[in-house]
Amino acid sequence: MIAGISIYDILTLTSILFFIGVYGFFTRENLITVLMSVELILNASAVNFVLINTYLYPDLLQGAVFSIFIIALAAAETALAIAIIINLYKLIYSVEVKDTETMKY
Amino acid sequence: METIIFYILVAIIILFAVASVTSRKILRAVIYLLFVLIGIAGLYFLVDYNFLAAIQLTVYGGGIIVLFIFAVLLIHHVELELEKTALKKKLIAGALSAAGLAVTLWAISTYPFPVTDTYTSIEVADIGLLLLSYEDGGFILPFEVISVLLVAVMIGAIVIAKGKKLTENN
Repeated sequence: MIAGISIYDILTLTSILFFIGVYGFFTRENLITVLMSVELILNASAVNFVLINTYLYPDLLQGAVFSIFIIALAAAETALAIAIIINLYKLIYSVEVKDTETMKY
Repeated sequence: METIIFYILVAIIILFAVASVTSRKILRAVIYLLFVLIGIAGLYFLVDYNFLAAIQLTVYGGGIIVLFIFAVLLIHHVELELEKTALKKKLIAGALSAAGLAVTLWAISTYPFPVTDTYTSIEVADIGLLLLSYEDGGFILPFEVISVLLVAVMIGAIVIAKGKKLTENN
């Protein structure tokens, strides 16, 4: 635990980070930047797992393990999504959200 | 001292997160995201989770950001500016996010967290033992599932990224 910092401060920080990611997810119109917003959201939740573990149950490790799983899943998801985006660019020469209609078929 | 470092990290994380979702130059947005991820690694260092901080720096700062930069360089010109988002859309998204944030902060501030004062430092060996333990509460099954998932993702990414051009299919 961090000296002088309560759990409320940290949860406020991660909530702000989460909703900055949500804002980016709503407003961005490019697939890569949408993916970056998703990374922000995932990161905020991973920090929450770790810090709640540290503050409430310091003798357990489950939060750290879940955080590791989140990071692994985020890496996998990013690799796959970028492969799809590059393939889409080859197909329609655009990665704007409004142009991605061919994925439906 | 730790309080000051924490608030510096908070400032870095929030400023660069906002810059990352609003910057119109896409490569700069990626680099701002890198600073956010490094700030979060600093947060992990601050609570003595050195292993997680190292994972964060290598997997996120090293791997994912490089993937993003590759994708950006393959798809865009470096100097290309993104389209401006319509003001109405920005306002609606901002209002929705602010409302969600308000509800979340209200829920957090009214919940009495049973914070303990004890503190134990976490060893990498403990995390490794827990990940490979097959007793009650062990994580051997998710660990194996994750490794299978990573192999599937690797093969899938190669197959998908190779894809054919649309003009050849028609």
